[in-house]
Amino acid sequence: MSQFNELARNGLWANNPALVQLLGLCPLLAVSGSVVNALGLGLATLLVLVGSNVSVSLIRHHVPDTVRLPAFVMIIAAFVTCADLLMQAYTYELHQILGIFIPLIVTNCAILGRADGFAAKNPVLPAATDGLMMGLGFAAVLVVLGAVRELFGQGTLFTQMDLLLGPVAANWGITVFPDYDFLFLVLPPGAFFATGLLIALKNLIDDRQARLRATHLPQSPTESRRVRVTGTIR
Amino acid sequence: MSAPSHRNDAPNNDVPHHQATPGKPMRRAILRGAVGLGLFAMLTAGIVAGTRALTAERIADNRLASQHGQLTEVLPEALADLDIERLIESAFTLPASPALGQTAPFTAWRATREGSQDDTAAVVLPVIAPNGYSGDIDLLVGITDSGFISGVRVTRHQETPGLGDAIESRKSGWIEDFAGHSLSDPGPNGWAVTKDGGDFDAFTGATITPRAVVEAVHHTLGYVRDHHERLFGDMPDTPNPNAEQQGETP
Repeated sequence: MSQFNELARNGLWANNPALVQLLGLCPLLAVSGSVVNALGLGLATLLVLVGSNVSVSLIRHHVPDTVRLPAFVMIIAAFVTCADLLMQAYTYELHQILGIFIPLIVTNCAILGRADGFAAKNPVLPAATDGLMMGLGFAAVLVVLGAVRELFGQGTLFTQMDLLLGPVAANWGITVFPDYDFLFLVLPPGAFFATGLLIALKNLIDDRQARLRATHLPQSPTESRRVRVTGTIR
Repeated sequence: MSAPSHRNDAPNNDVPHHQATPGKPMRRAILRGAVGLGLFAMLTAGIVAGTRALTAERIADNRLASQHGQLTEVLPEALADLDIERLIESAFTLPASPALGQTAPFTAWRATREGSQDDTAAVVLPVIAPNGYSGDIDLLVGITDSGFISGVRVTRHQETPGLGDAIESRKSGWIEDFAGHSLSDPGPNGWAVTKDGGDFDAFTGATITPRAVVEAVHHTLGYVRDHHERLFGDMPDTPNPNAEQQGETP
């Protein structure tokens, strides 16, 4: 159970692929213009990450070390192609919008990174948990970024959610600020800017928590336990 | 290739020989890697093939439905409930036309009146506006046999989000203003954006995009007038695109 907590904390917060490892920035910045796009790509990445982590963990004793990377890439490519086909079959219009970024999940370093860095050395269950948590962490950052950019870029939230969730979500769109748009946030520079703010916010929270912990334990040597706010990459 | 007779020799003395041909353990490792990777490729290809087989039909349906949806949007309302297969099968090929921005032969669609096979009520032409703010703007233009526009929709563009993308029907109603207009309404001078003295509004902050679309639609009307016989008349061309490609007329 403690391992599960550790994996969850790592994936969602302490070692978040988007905010700490800064992996997979290309899709993160490109499709986080609205919540629906972000959620669509986030879920596809999550699916691929869990699938590839489980498969890599299953075959970890059978793949010669010299060819492990091509083998992992092949697994990832297969899962991405499957995700691409499934999205074409079930969320066709969203697939048309996300376009090239679905096949490009293959090149998301977060996925190969987890496959080689964690799944290749661990049993199936922790590998699956790690994939799930890393995927959730990545998807969460994508959705938050999508929400921020949609809200402050176009003044709306949750528009066109029916593209992903079907007709139930057709009326979910909210216009928060009517007749408003702030082009900067809609365009790629806004994505960089918003990502930077999110990273700063995370570091601020980490900093505050570290200081709180330090005041609670006044006797501990604070210098040596200083938390590195950029996180450690495992 | 090391001969079996070399087996008893001390391998350390034979350094150049070893560099030239990899030793047995090395070869075995290479072989193992290659076979493993080959098996893997087959397995993953199998998984992809399986998924493809399971989803192919649905994807094809989606593609048809999406195309049909786009086509009915630019057709007159009276023809909106046209049978999906009948509309898709009405596809025919037209030769390349610079006026429409088409540099190669392209596919267009005919909508026939209820209960008739060759009474064409409207045609749908794919048009490319080459002078958008950032590259081509792909349009579908529906025009009735009396020369009125029944609808225009943008199918693909890369215009600036928040400015030029107001040409999309889901972002603004601008593109719907074309419906009902013809070559003589608003006349040759009116077919421009207001900034150039025409009748069509431009958006705040974006003039190039609407100008490109208005020009492309105007050209399409001219094209339909010039080719009215071929598009609507009782030409002996069949609605089969394959037959069309061979029977191309200049």
